[in-house]
Amino acid sequence: MIKSLEELKQIREKYKDTLQNRETDESKVKILVGMATCGIAAGARNTINAIVEEIRNENIDNAVVAQTGCMGFCYAEPTVEVRMPNSAPVLYGKVDSEKAKEIVRKHVKNGEVIREWVLRG
Amino acid sequence: MPIRMELLVCGGTGCQASNSNRVLDVLKEEIKKANLQSEVNVLMTGCFGFCEKGPIVKVMPDNVFYVEVDEEAARNIVAEHVVKGRVYQEKLYVEPDTHERLPEQSKIPFYKKQLRIALRNCGKIDPENINEYIAADGYMALGKVLTEMTPDEVIDVVKKSGLRGRGGGGFPTGVKWEATRKSKSDIKYVICNADEGDPGAFMDRSILEGDPHSVLEGMAIAAYAIGAQFGYIYVRAEYPLAIHRLRIAIKQARELGLLGKNIFGTDFSFDVEIKIGAGAFICGEETALINSIEGGRGEPTVKPPYPAQVGLWKKPTNINNVETFANIAPIILNGAEWFASIGTEKSKGTKVFALAGKVNNVGLVEVPMGITLREIIYDLGGGIKGGKRFKAVQTGGPSGGCIPAEYLDTPIDYDNLTALGSMMGSGGMIVMDEDDCMVNIAKFYLEFSCDESCGRCTACRVGNKRLLEILNKITEGKGEMEDLEMLRELAETVKDSSLCGLGQTSPNPVLSTMKFFYDEYLAHVRDKECPAGVCKELLKYYIIPEKCVGCTACARVCPVNVIHGEPKKVHVIDRDGCIKCGQCYKTCRFGAITRK
Repeated sequence: MIKSLEELKQIREKYKDTLQNRETDESKVKILVGMATCGIAAGARNTINAIVEEIRNENIDNAVVAQTGCMGFCYAEPTVEVRMPNSAPVLYGKVDSEKAKEIVRKHVKNGEVIREWVLRG
Repeated sequence: MPIRMELLVCGGTGCQASNSNRVLDVLKEEIKKANLQSEVNVLMTGCFGFCEKGPIVKVMPDNVFYVEVDEEAARNIVAEHVVKGRVYQEKLYVEPDTHERLPEQSKIPFYKKQLRIALRNCGKIDPENINEYIAADGYMALGKVLTEMTPDEVIDVVKKSGLRGRGGGGFPTGVKWEATRKSKSDIKYVICNADEGDPGAFMDRSILEGDPHSVLEGMAIAAYAIGAQFGYIYVRAEYPLAIHRLRIAIKQARELGLLGKNIFGTDFSFDVEIKIGAGAFICGEETALINSIEGGRGEPTVKPPYPAQVGLWKKPTNINNVETFANIAPIILNGAEWFASIGTEKSKGTKVFALAGKVNNVGLVEVPMGITLREIIYDLGGGIKGGKRFKAVQTGGPSGGCIPAEYLDTPIDYDNLTALGSMMGSGGMIVMDEDDCMVNIAKFYLEFSCDESCGRCTACRVGNKRLLEILNKITEGKGEMEDLEMLRELAETVKDSSLCGLGQTSPNPVLSTMKFFYDEYLAHVRDKECPAGVCKELLKYYIIPEKCVGCTACARVCPVNVIHGEPKKVHVIDRDGCIKCGQCYKTCRFGAITRK
C-alpha cells in the first residue's frame, strides 16, 4: 500500500529501468555492440550484458545499448562503438566483460576515451 | 541479468484482429529457443495507431519499427535482428514516394506531425502492469494534487489550461468541474463517459486498452477537485478488451492503495465501478447515460437542471469523456501554461482522431489543435486510396457534417468546424473520394440516427424518419424539386425542436451536404442521375462500342438476358429489362461497360 508521495516515488525509481530501453532520444549516448556471427563467437553476448549491467550499477540514464551487425573487424571481436552526442564515434576492439565495464565507467560516464583499446576513432 | 532489449507488440483491437496475439507467442517461443529470455523481453502494449500496417512490432532500444508482422516475419525478426543484430529489411515501412525503407518510427510520415499527450503511453507501456505506468510518472499528478494543492487550485489549473471536453460538445472542463464543486451535497459522483458510439471511431477504446490508468488517475483528480467519493466508468459491452484491461487496472490500483480509502495517507477516499452499457448510441448523452446507470431506460431528460446540480441518484455529478480524463495528469504535472501553449486561441492541446474511409493510412492520430485537414489527410493519412480525387471529409459522426475540398486548409478547432456546419465530435474522421455519393452518405448517417433515436421526443422520433423517407425517395429517382425545400425545412425543424443532442444534430449530415453538394441533390432530383454512380436505382449501364470486342462474356453473365449481340461484334444492353445488378460491369475485361 502506498501511503505517501515518497513511497510512490520509490516504486517509480524501482521500475524506471524497465522503461529506459523504450525512450528514444537523440541526445543520448549510443553504445553499439557487434553481434554478428564473428562477434557472438568471440563472446559479444557477455560483453553486451556486462555493459547493460554496469550502466544500471552506475545509474547512468542517458545511454542506449544496441546491437549491430558485422563491421568487418572480425579479427578484433567483440567490438564496441561508443557514440557520444556531438563527437565522432569511437570503436573499441577485443572488448571482454571487464574491458566493457571499464569503458562504461570511463568513456560513457566521464567522457575519457581509453586510447590503448581503440581500433578506430 | 538485466533486460537489454525489448520487443513491443501492439495489443490494440485492430492488431489483435490481425493476429498479433500469435505473433507475440511466436516471438516468445523463438526467443526461448535462442536462449535469450533472460536478456530480451517480449511484451504486449497498447495501440500504436498505425492500424493500416498492423500488426506492429517495435524493437527497443534499437528503435526499429516493423509493420505487417506475421508468424514467419516474427521468426525472421528474432533470427536476424535479435540474434545477429541485422535489421530485418523485409518488414520495414516503405515510404510510398521514395520507396525508401524507414526503420525509425519518428521518420514515418504518419507519425511526423503527431504530438501525443492523451496517447502518451499507448504503445510504450504494458497496460496490464501498474508499475510501468508508475515508472512513466503515473499517479504522480494525483499525489501532487492530494498533498500539495487545494481543490480550488486544481480547478484553477484545469480552467487556465483551456482544456475542453473531448467527447463532442467542447464545454470547458474546468468550468464544468467548478459548477459541480459549487453544488452543495455530501455525496457527489464522477462519471467517465466511455460510450463511444460514432461509426468508425475508436479513440476512447484505444486509450482504455492502451493506458487505462491514465483515465483512473484523471477521474481521481476530478473527484478530489469537485468533492466526490465515487466514480463510474460507463463503457459499452462491445469493448471487451477495454473492459478486461480496466478491470485489471482497477484491481492493481486498489492493491497499491491508489484507489480506496485514505489515498496517499490523506482524508481523500475514492473508488470506481465499471458499468457496462448495452451499446445504445443515445447513452453517450449524459442524462441518458445517468438514467441507464440508475437502471432506467436510456432516455435523456430536459436540461437544466444539469448533472452538475442534479445528476446520478439526484446528486451533483461530473461527467467527462475518456480522452478528457487522459489529458488531466499531464496538465497537472506540466502546468496549465504548457498545455495552453499548444493549439489555437480557443482550442488548446491536442485531439485524437480516428482516420478512416478512403485514405491510405487508416489509424489513430493525435495532433495539435490548429493543424489543417489537408495535413491530416495528405501528410499523415498519405492521401486518397488508389490516387482518386478527394471529395469530402466527414467529421463528428452522425452529429457532424461533410467538409468539401475548398475548406481543406481550415485549421482544426472546435469553432472552425462548427462554423462549417460540422463539429469536432469525439474525433471520427471519415474521408470520401469521387466514388462516394453525398446524398447516399447523408442517408447512411440518417439511417443510423433513426435506429438510435430513443423515441422520447416527437421531433427526433418522427422528424428523422420523414427526413429519411425523403432521402430514400431522392436516391430511388422519385424525388421532386419540392422535396429539396421540404428536406431543408424539416431538417431545421428537427434541429430546433429536439430534446437532446442527438436530435439537435442528427440533421447536420443532411444540411451540410445540401450546403456544399447541392448540385448532387439536383442531379438526383432533376436529371435522375447519381454522378458518383452509387445509387443503384439511378444507374444506367452502357456498352462503349469502340471498346467492345464481342467476347460475349457480359451476355453470358447477365441474369435477365438483356445483353444482345453476335460473337465478335459489338453488344448492346436493352435498358428496359436491366435490373442494374452490375454483373456485366464486373465481368468485362476490356473496360467496355460504363455506368452513369
